[in-house]
Amino acid sequence: MTKSPTVMNHVYGWLLLTPAAILLIAFTHYPAVATLAQSFFSSGTALRPSVFVGIENYQMMIEDDIFWKVVENNAWYAAGTIPASIAIAMLMAVWVNGKLPLRGLVRMSYFTPTILPMIAVANIWLFFYTPSIGLIDQVGGLFGLPDHNWLGNPDTVLWCIVVMTIWKEAGFFMIFYLAALQALPPELEEAARLEGAGRWYYFRRVVFPLLMPTTLFVLINAVINSFKLIDQLFILTKGGPDNASSLLLYYIYEVAFSFFDEAYAATLTVVLLATLAIIAIGQFVILDKRIHYR
Amino acid sequence: MTANGNRGFAYWLEAGAAWLLAFLWLLPLIYAFWSAFHPPEYATKFALFAPLTLDNFVEAWSQAPFARYYVNTFVLVTSILIAQFVLCTLAAYAFARFEFWGREVAFALVLVQLMIMPEVLIVENYSTMSNLSLVDTILGIGLPYMASAFGIFLLRQTFKTIPKELEDAARVEGCSMLQILWKVYVPLARPTYVAYGLVSVSYHWNNFLWPLVITNSVTTRPLTVGLAIFGAPESGVDWSIITAGTLLAVAPLLAAFLLFQRQFVQSFMHAGIK
Repeated sequence: MTKSPTVMNHVYGWLLLTPAAILLIAFTHYPAVATLAQSFFSSGTALRPSVFVGIENYQMMIEDDIFWKVVENNAWYAAGTIPASIAIAMLMAVWVNGKLPLRGLVRMSYFTPTILPMIAVANIWLFFYTPSIGLIDQVGGLFGLPDHNWLGNPDTVLWCIVVMTIWKEAGFFMIFYLAALQALPPELEEAARLEGAGRWYYFRRVVFPLLMPTTLFVLINAVINSFKLIDQLFILTKGGPDNASSLLLYYIYEVAFSFFDEAYAATLTVVLLATLAIIAIGQFVILDKRIHYR
Repeated sequence: MTANGNRGFAYWLEAGAAWLLAFLWLLPLIYAFWSAFHPPEYATKFALFAPLTLDNFVEAWSQAPFARYYVNTFVLVTSILIAQFVLCTLAAYAFARFEFWGREVAFALVLVQLMIMPEVLIVENYSTMSNLSLVDTILGIGLPYMASAFGIFLLRQTFKTIPKELEDAARVEGCSMLQILWKVYVPLARPTYVAYGLVSVSYHWNNFLWPLVITNSVTTRPLTVGLAIFGAPESGVDWSIITAGTLLAVAPLLAAFLLFQRQFVQSFMHAGIK
């Protein structure tokens, strides 16, 4: 745009941006702000209009046992899925990047869960977890283990969800590690070998540190997923038994669309938004000088 | 793997572990095929010579309007993709090549959507849609996703790598701004479009929560929502038929993945490392 006047640059830039900007504002920025505003008002009904209630919704939230239960569940869900799926993804990538027989088939197997809808695979996992006739109990039965009501027991239900989620997302994260591994110069491994470094030593001291930027990227994705991936709950448990497997976003859905309490759902959403904002700021601080957008 | 490539015990142990993991990762799908292609009495019993059948698919197809769900999902995914391509291309071009007032702030505001996805804002977006009378429409499902921060970011990165000389040459030839975009930038960014397209299609084919919230009739429901209603335990449908329905819902995407496996994997890689 060397010859055109700079004013036209401003105009063209904004004209090009406007269609996307309108939609982004309408469905991301406006609702985020509106949610915050709504959290200070009561839920309006046809007879009773919504009124300003200050921090009443937040007080209600702090006294809500179910809220604390889902926060705790969500913390366990994150703690269960994030490290495990990252570790498995790394392992998968190393295997698939090496000289493995049937490598193509193995890579396909690892990646397949990524392209399947959560809701569809949950149907299949539901069968795995079914007491006595389900696959897990059938296999366990071969070893003389007793039947379990995996999804009906508050002690095991959340871990069933965690296992399935790891299965769903590990292959997706593997892709990023695979890309990073393929970008490593092959001389590195040769040099390490000449120095007599074992494979594990080479991985731990050379590959793992070099994968750090990828790990950070994957970590952020995994953290976001631990708040976002809730589809499986609709099929497997509906948050039960007794909210033992309910997660924050699922609870928001229930409050908004089963109990029709819009104001309280907005209040819960604010907690979720605040959490995501903290992650975003954390990402910004950690990655500050590492990622260059230009 | 030993240093000089001898395939020793450790090598095969590791290969075995990799295969075992691959088997576990495929197991749900293997089971789905087993159960869907065998009569219901074999759904939980595994016998090598169990008879094969297609009855479960016929039954599933007749018990739920899958044809309608296919059409809905297809319309949804295509309209989102087309809108995303157009909107993200325009916005990415603005960010990549124009010095306009407020650019940095605008870009930061766009990136906000990477963190706060439409899924998180279902409550407020639902009331927006009902104000726009878009509840229970396919447009209502797609609209929040059409301006995608991810798409804008990805295309902006690609456009920035295209030499400015090409643009200048096109301008000398008398091309207008949009012609330059269409004839220079878009063709050169083709791999990015393919990558983003595949990621977008798989995402929206599989998306569930927002479509569940915003639809309430057969005429708009995508496959995922239809499948969730079909497979609900209350509906009393048996395993074989549920798995057949599940395979029906995933079949097009799964087939595309198996056929273009390399392209899929590379697209996700390409989209991820930008």
